[in-house]
Amino acid sequence: MALKVLLMGRLRDVAGWRERRLEPVPATLSALRDVLAREDAALGEALLGMGVQAAVNKALTRGDPALAAGDEIAFLPPMSGG
Amino acid sequence: MIAVQTEPFDPAALLARFSAGRTDCGAVVSFTGLARAATDGAEVSTLELDAYPGFTEAAIATMETEARERFAVKDLLIVHRHGPIGPGEAIVFVAGAAEHRRDAFEAVDYLMDRLKTQAPFWKKETGPDGDRWIEPRAPDYADAARWSPP
Repeated sequence: MALKVLLMGRLRDVAGWRERRLEPVPATLSALRDVLAREDAALGEALLGMGVQAAVNKALTRGDPALAAGDEIAFLPPMSGG
Repeated sequence: MIAVQTEPFDPAALLARFSAGRTDCGAVVSFTGLARAATDGAEVSTLELDAYPGFTEAAIATMETEARERFAVKDLLIVHRHGPIGPGEAIVFVAGAAEHRRDAFEAVDYLMDRLKTQAPFWKKETGPDGDRWIEPRAPDYADAARWSPP
């Protein structure tokens, strides 16, 4: 089973995609960022930009959690409703 | 109660339904946010909001719970649109009902400050000059900081 990766907001424009499956599954969130940055340097830089957060299985994360097959990872630029 | 939806809504109808039959409340306060036709002089033809289904609703539900803990309100309603929104259309509606007005005013003010800076939506304005992503501005963060710590 693969990893599901979602990009929100301006990250979608930077990468040119909004959702993809990734295999093999990187061991950690930072390893996932490295994989994405190797494929697309502009996206790699954007993922480390000011205020970009990550959610694993729809819960905001801090630090560098381990990832497993079937996880859904979303990268979230600064949020704004209203 | 919260609703995150792509369908347009009528703020007046929401307010009428929210206010009906409230014999236990002396105060109902509501706020409606509208899509502007221009931002900083740049024409806006469409405002597009992306949501993250499941995550967005959960985050707003948490804000509602925290507002109920913080203010003596009897009821709260938050309706938020996503998808494409035209100028003049309502984006967000927040209403609070309370025994006395101060709690109703403050709960709605608090929820709007939280929504502006923390609700999981990503906004893009499209106009004749191209697209631009809208992120919270410094005054939005300053407004939200008025309520900290919880």
